[in-house]
Amino acid sequence: MSTEYTVTETLDVQGESCPMPVVKTKGATDDLSEGEVLAVLATDSGSMSDIAGWAETTDGVELLEQEEDGDVFKHYVRKTE
Amino acid sequence: MSTNTSDTSDTREAVEATDVSENPSASELAAEVEALREELADLKADVDDDGTSMVIVSTKGTLDMAYPPLILASTAAAFGWDVTVFHTFWGLDILHEEKSKNLKLSAVGNPSMPMPNAVASLPGMDSMATKMMNKKIADNGTATIEELIEVSLDQGVDLQACQMTIDLMDYDEEDFYDGVTTGVGAATALQRMADADVQLLV
Repeated sequence: MSTEYTVTETLDVQGESCPMPVVKTKGATDDLSEGEVLAVLATDSGSMSDIAGWAETTDGVELLEQEEDGDVFKHYVRKTE
Repeated sequence: MSTNTSDTSDTREAVEATDVSENPSASELAAEVEALREELADLKADVDDDGTSMVIVSTKGTLDMAYPPLILASTAAAFGWDVTVFHTFWGLDILHEEKSKNLKLSAVGNPSMPMPNAVASLPGMDSMATKMMNKKIADNGTATIEELIEVSLDQGVDLQACQMTIDLMDYDEEDFYDGVTTGVGAATALQRMADADVQLLV
């Protein structure tokens, strides 16, 4: 997938496990303005499903992309409202 | 069948009768449509305002049973849900500032333990199992109970301590984390549950 967005903030939750990646992602997106993008770096393999599920269920956020880079799971979330 | 025939004719007559008797004017219809629109708007507003809500009743105070309610509560809060966790009986220990840092795992009667009950019941086994579990929790980067309570409260989760159990266990309201709701009972929990979309007993 090509990157047609700019990452505004990066959240590093490497080494943390459920539910912290989701809880901290939520906290970090609260601090963003509309249109800004948060990158989340996690090592919890459950975060792929969890952050996707969270983004789908939660108003005002949109999951742009998820990728696996070695041991790191990267998630890109845009604030939409 | 004669019954069916008579039913059908009754219905037809009823429809005709309604048509004749009401026969509303255009302005009456317009007013009725307007009234229905308002009613629909009110109903929609009710549905939209009421986001998803969840109530968990937490009754167990062992280390393994303290995690699920707090993990679900903090995650649901991240979803923007309105969350209440009602702590009663040993679940109260999770909110007890001192006891929460010292929750134990039971070695006896736990089929997941790699030892027979006869061994598990020996003195010191519970604390050994607890130590092992706490080490695993730390190694895995799993949040502590204290951390989960903090993030839950920060996100607006209503952590409630059952007043009857506080009195029963001789606890003091000061014993609990700041932000814990006391002075609540079964009726409060039930009232929230009746309005909630998700209700869980742990």
